[in-house]
Amino acid sequence: MAVTEDVTSGPINDRQQHWWSGLSLSSIPAPYWFVGVLMILLPVLVGPFMLFQVFGWALILGMIALSLMFLGGYGGMVSLVQMSVAACAAYMLAIFGDSAITQISLGWPWWIAIPIALIIATGFGTLSGALAVRTEGIYTIMITLAIASAFFYFTRQNYVLFNGFSGFNGVKPPQLFGVDWRQPIPFYYLTLFWAAVAYLSVLYVSRAPFGLALQGVRDNARRMEALGYNVTAHRIAAFVFASFIAAVAGILLVWLNGQVSPGTAGIGPAIDVLIIAVIGGLSRPVGPFIGAVIYVLLRTFALDFMVSIGLSGERFQLLVGLVFLAIVFWSPDGILGLWERWRNRMNATDKLTGEAHNKDGGSGP
Amino acid sequence: MNAIASPSTMASRLSGTGTANALELRGVSKFFGALAAMQDITLTVKPGERRAVLGSNGAGKTTLFNCITGDFLPTSGVVRMFGEDVTKFPPHDRIRRGLRRTYQISLLFGGLTVIDNVYLACRGVSRNRFSLIRPGRSDALMHSAADLIDAVHLGEVRDTLVSALSYGQQRQLEIALALAGAPRFILFDEPAAGLSPAERGDLIEILNNLPGHMGYIIIEHDMDVALRVSESVSMMHNGRIFKEGKPEEIEADPEVQELYLGGGFTHG
Ligand SMILES: Nc1ncnc2c1ncn2[C@@H]1O[C@H](COP(=O)(O)OP(=O)(O)OP(=O)(O)O)[C@@H](O)[C@H]1O
Ligand SMILES: [Mg+2]
Repeated sequence: MAVTEDVTSGPINDRQQHWWSGLSLSSIPAPYWFVGVLMILLPVLVGPFMLFQVFGWALILGMIALSLMFLGGYGGMVSLVQMSVAACAAYMLAIFGDSAITQISLGWPWWIAIPIALIIATGFGTLSGALAVRTEGIYTIMITLAIASAFFYFTRQNYVLFNGFSGFNGVKPPQLFGVDWRQPIPFYYLTLFWAAVAYLSVLYVSRAPFGLALQGVRDNARRMEALGYNVTAHRIAAFVFASFIAAVAGILLVWLNGQVSPGTAGIGPAIDVLIIAVIGGLSRPVGPFIGAVIYVLLRTFALDFMVSIGLSGERFQLLVGLVFLAIVFWSPDGILGLWERWRNRMNATDKLTGEAHNKDGGSGP
Repeated sequence: MNAIASPSTMASRLSGTGTANALELRGVSKFFGALAAMQDITLTVKPGERRAVLGSNGAGKTTLFNCITGDFLPTSGVVRMFGEDVTKFPPHDRIRRGLRRTYQISLLFGGLTVIDNVYLACRGVSRNRFSLIRPGRSDALMHSAADLIDAVHLGEVRDTLVSALSYGQQRQLEIALALAGAPRFILFDEPAAGLSPAERGDLIEILNNLPGHMGYIIIEHDMDVALRVSESVSMMHNGRIFKEGKPEEIEADPEVQELYLGGGFTHG
């Protein structure tokens, strides 16, 4: 994979003095500055609806898709269980923390409820991974899909713990430092912060020995065994890391929606996460966020658009599907692939990711 | 070859070697369906011993290696390494005990640079395989990776992508990956195949310069190479070892000569 080779080859042959030197401010290239400043200034540029419902949601979906991208792009494992992990964290927060369903919710303080929710959801994702990593390719997808649908039906049918069909509503973020974190601007910054942390940690891990070895496992599992790596353990560890990111996103998701129900963990959302990652591009961690913004914009405005051109608004899914088809058709490696091909012609070097863009940007083995 | 035998690693290796055989196979067979790729192989290799395995195409030589490393589980029989029964061990556990191998058809990470490939190999047999700390200039493993690259004469292409290397260079890199860490015993699967005469010379030099305690088995079609790098020879045919002996004895053996001259061997 030509795209990922860039990600891995940079940092080590740079022979950096310090592990953090790759992240020093002066080495961050202009586009990152631009996007970073834009994201920080976004509240002065757009209204509360765009901030909360569009960008807040996109950042959360981007994080869940990022966890899929980490497993898929670096580990070669396509997991459809990431949305279920996020939903699991959301449910656990509702169960251990506060919700309107007081007969089930335990009402524990947030600083206990959140860690418990993260641990349980990460454990759930890790367990799913442990079942899935012994298989390859299509079987990994099928096993994770089976787990995702089992989780969906379980939440819908279990009333004792998951409150069945209606789930939990009234789940709110804590009032911390005197801020109401559910207001659009604070919530936007909260999600932006965690999305940035997730993004940077994926970027960082991908170039640490663990991430490098994961990419070795993806490209040549047999050789990695013959070099002394426990391939299965490495794959499961990747699931731990990815599940934790999805779990954090799940906490933010339940705060965004104020509720969690079986629909959150449905097969539709699980596949949407895959679509988001593919639209954006699986080769780099920024891809899922690009995909998520496109997806959320489509979800939000497709209906109006359909009505305005005289079609039934209910068919907005059709538009989402068509855009997906178009992107996959023209660029199998998503928007990132289009972008990268354009950048290749510019012959620039990306200092943050250490990637030289003058190489062949094509996909495929 | 300092990279391969620093004094400290040598001491630890020697103390671990003891009197046990480096390798011991008892009645090992491997069937692919009805095909007996390897049948009832019994083989003993002492620590530090250098052995060549010769045999025609399809004789079962690579299968023998795969059963020793655990890439394949044998259908029957016992494999012991340094006195320990490793028959059921996964490959990585055998590698961590000091076994190494190269592949007949290079299995490298084409998308990574030469240094990254060797770094992965060094990391694989060290602790902290899951480390989240990126290697810096002072990283000890990075140093040993660089030394290994020099040892196999790839210093000039250190930062080149492996997919861009020549065939001969890829074969050298195969060897570097097998020398990472502190190998106690190495399996070389036709390292000389396809090399130019000059590259063969380099290879023979590298093998002969390995520290004395580092034993190996080398699969080699070319008698001349095999005889120059080994002190004992096993002949394989149809999945069986049918003759063992010193290189001179094997060379002079009428049965071997008949097979050899009768086209039983193909130069790979
Ligand atoms: N994975 C496999 N599945 C089925 N048959 C196999 C497999 N690997 C090897 N064989 C068969 O086992 C027999 C021995 O193969 P092996 O690769 O061990 O031979 P070899 O001595 O290494 O030959 P060469 O000199 O060509 O490398 C051959 O008949 C081969 O076709
Ligand atoms: Mg072979």
